[in-house]
Amino acid sequence: MALDQRQTATQPAGGLMPSGPAYREQVVTRQRRGRRWAIIFQAAMLSGIIALCALLFNILNQSFGYVAIINNIDPAELAIDGVPLDELTKDQLVGILEANVSAGLMRRYEHDMPFAQRTSENVHELILERVVEPQVQATWGLFESVFARGSVFAEAEERFPGSDVYFRSWLTTSFISKSQSSEPLRAGVRTAIFGSLWVVAITILFSFPIGVGAAIYLEEYAHKERLINRLIQTNINNLAGVPSIIYGMLGLAIFVRILEVFTSGAFLGIGDQSTANGRTIISAGLTLGLLILPLIIINGQEAIRAVPNSLRQAGFGLGATHWQVIWHHVLPSAMPGILTGTILAISRAIGETAPLVVVGASTFIALDPSGPFSKFTVLPIQIYQWTSRPQDEFRNLAAAAILVLLVLLLTMNASAVLLRNHFDRGQANA
Amino acid sequence: MGPKSRVSACKKETGRWQKAGEEAARNWELLTANRGESLGLRPATQTFAGLPAEVTKEQGEIMTQSAPVAEAAISAESMRGPVAGAESTGETVLGGGPKYDLRRRPRVAESLIQGFLFLCGAISILTTLGIVYVLGRESLLFFANEEVNLLKFFGGTEWQPAISRFGIWPLVTATLMASLIAMAVALPMGLCIAIYLSEYAGQRTRSVLKPILEVLAGIPTVVYGYFALTFMTPFLRGILGRDIVEIYNTASAGIVIGILVIPLVSSMSEDALSAVPGSLRQASYGLGATRLETAVRIVLPAALSGVAAAFIVAISRAIGETMIVAIAAGAGPNFTFSPFRAAETMTGHIVRISGGDLSYDSIDYNSIFAIGLLLFLMTLSLNILSQWIVRRFREEYE
Repeated sequence: MALDQRQTATQPAGGLMPSGPAYREQVVTRQRRGRRWAIIFQAAMLSGIIALCALLFNILNQSFGYVAIINNIDPAELAIDGVPLDELTKDQLVGILEANVSAGLMRRYEHDMPFAQRTSENVHELILERVVEPQVQATWGLFESVFARGSVFAEAEERFPGSDVYFRSWLTTSFISKSQSSEPLRAGVRTAIFGSLWVVAITILFSFPIGVGAAIYLEEYAHKERLINRLIQTNINNLAGVPSIIYGMLGLAIFVRILEVFTSGAFLGIGDQSTANGRTIISAGLTLGLLILPLIIINGQEAIRAVPNSLRQAGFGLGATHWQVIWHHVLPSAMPGILTGTILAISRAIGETAPLVVVGASTFIALDPSGPFSKFTVLPIQIYQWTSRPQDEFRNLAAAAILVLLVLLLTMNASAVLLRNHFDRGQANA
Repeated sequence: MGPKSRVSACKKETGRWQKAGEEAARNWELLTANRGESLGLRPATQTFAGLPAEVTKEQGEIMTQSAPVAEAAISAESMRGPVAGAESTGETVLGGGPKYDLRRRPRVAESLIQGFLFLCGAISILTTLGIVYVLGRESLLFFANEEVNLLKFFGGTEWQPAISRFGIWPLVTATLMASLIAMAVALPMGLCIAIYLSEYAGQRTRSVLKPILEVLAGIPTVVYGYFALTFMTPFLRGILGRDIVEIYNTASAGIVIGILVIPLVSSMSEDALSAVPGSLRQASYGLGATRLETAVRIVLPAALSGVAAAFIVAISRAIGETMIVAIAAGAGPNFTFSPFRAAETMTGHIVRISGGDLSYDSIDYNSIFAIGLLLFLMTLSLNILSQWIVRRFREEYE
């Protein structure tokens, strides 16, 4: 507006600067359009955040909430002389168990572990499993459970008369410490967590040295203009874009099938000989290792490239050999960057599901993995299995397992940040 | 290639600076030979008269080059040390001083290390070769089967291995449909977020918002699959009606894939937008353009190659995305163009088939590799296209 007035004051109409009511109107329109689009851009950002919130809310919503349970025998009926089941002695509990299950089953339990050695908690669990036999009838989300308690109880009363409705957190300590079970109320993720840790350990052992080695070669030794080195560089960039499921097929054909003698442990005479095949932890670890190798190499290259050249020249000036310069000077100062990249790559490996389905993670494993040649399941696979089941209660289990996985990933990413800060401070002090 | 020849191959690659050193050493041998002759064993010939000057000149050049070359030069220079009568002439760069044998020794360990590091780099090539070999071999076995041929594979609209119908189209259309929906979500959203972060948001806002997007990018895809099935599908069914939207459908899978690739699009696009020099923006503001006009007409065209590359990488990622479609899109090939019907994508089919009991060399086993090869070629060509676009159309401002 001020500009306009000055124009009319200093310039005759039809001068170089545009003016007039049509022009002013156009300016107003342009500015209005600008404001409108600014709101649209902000809305896009906002909806991204909303999507993240919806995702987290959905998982929390499914992890906690009311469940309606019908027991085969009410635990209150099992009380002896008014003492509730939880407070009975071990002998009384064994007595209840004997009275309610078949003699054959008792012999099997005795065979698995003599009752004399079992704790009363263990016997209590057996009673819950075999005598009380709770069955989940329906589950409700956290949102409904908090804001619509009345309708939850009414619905439970109407649809499942006689059912026991209580608030249940699907994520409990026993969920983490128990192994897999086909009963949703007793299922846990311990085997899956151990499987994930084993697989990731193999992945790190394989891909960290090789990835860092390749990064050193490409940044410190390779002549950029030579064909073979250009080929390696282009190739790494392309490998980073290959879908993960293709790596799974590579692992299936190479590690599981062609190298079966090695990956099943048969060449050492160890491993599970009865089901000896290559679908083992080591195959999975190597497959994920190949998958994250390009990420580690690319991150490592960036970290090494960021090391100032003066450091190298100082080393050479003092008569150090090429490798001495790399080992004593370049690597230590590039290490924070390399480690950060590696941790991020590993958190990708922990969440990776598709390649492991193809490599052949087992669907049901009740025993903890005992070594690199045992069969395995991992957390994401467990989540996939439970999600694929039609029953609601398995969805709740999947949500709880997702929470465990997200906490694991968050810890790793936080440690990456802490590590980077720690090293940065160390560098600043030095 | 035996280990011995590998070592020698690695030695060959240690580069120009080593060669320079060796050449200098050779020259020096010639020189000393000549000097021996000049001491009276044989009459000196005129041929070598100019050599010392030449050698020193060459060494002088070497000294001015980079550090590894300097090492070679020093070792060449220090060879004068043990030769009687040469060290005190003042010709040496290092001067007189104590006489060590500083000649460059062949360092076996260093060569071995370099060879090992080269092998580390070569593993990536082996991986690619492995992928091509595995996919190619099993696909050949698949097409060698008498029930299958290329015409049926690319012409058929029914994929039923049980009754030997091997038309790839149901899987391809489902893949493309899910990717198309994903792109319809991710491209506008990602670009808007990128423009907002790069052109509108302040430093503080950006430092809060970018980690949120990184969190979104770090969530495992199986979690997104769960989200698609337990949130997006009921949401769509609630809006559009249960009769229209099936429990498993490509629409909800596609939307969630879109959410998954938003961080990829926005971070790559934002990098491209931020790389445009500020002088362009200031010139635009100076001419009276609004913020929107600057962002859309000046900055965006300047960064177009980067943004286009981001889009193509996002498409490639959406096509290769597996767990979301495996969980939410349906478990059975279905030749349909309705996004609300269940349909199985290429990746979803591979996961379902390989998740069951799969016997080697069965037609099922071979068929997933044929699908995998097609998937690999699709994503690879998209990735190469995006790299080509960046190289070909990048605007250089410096």
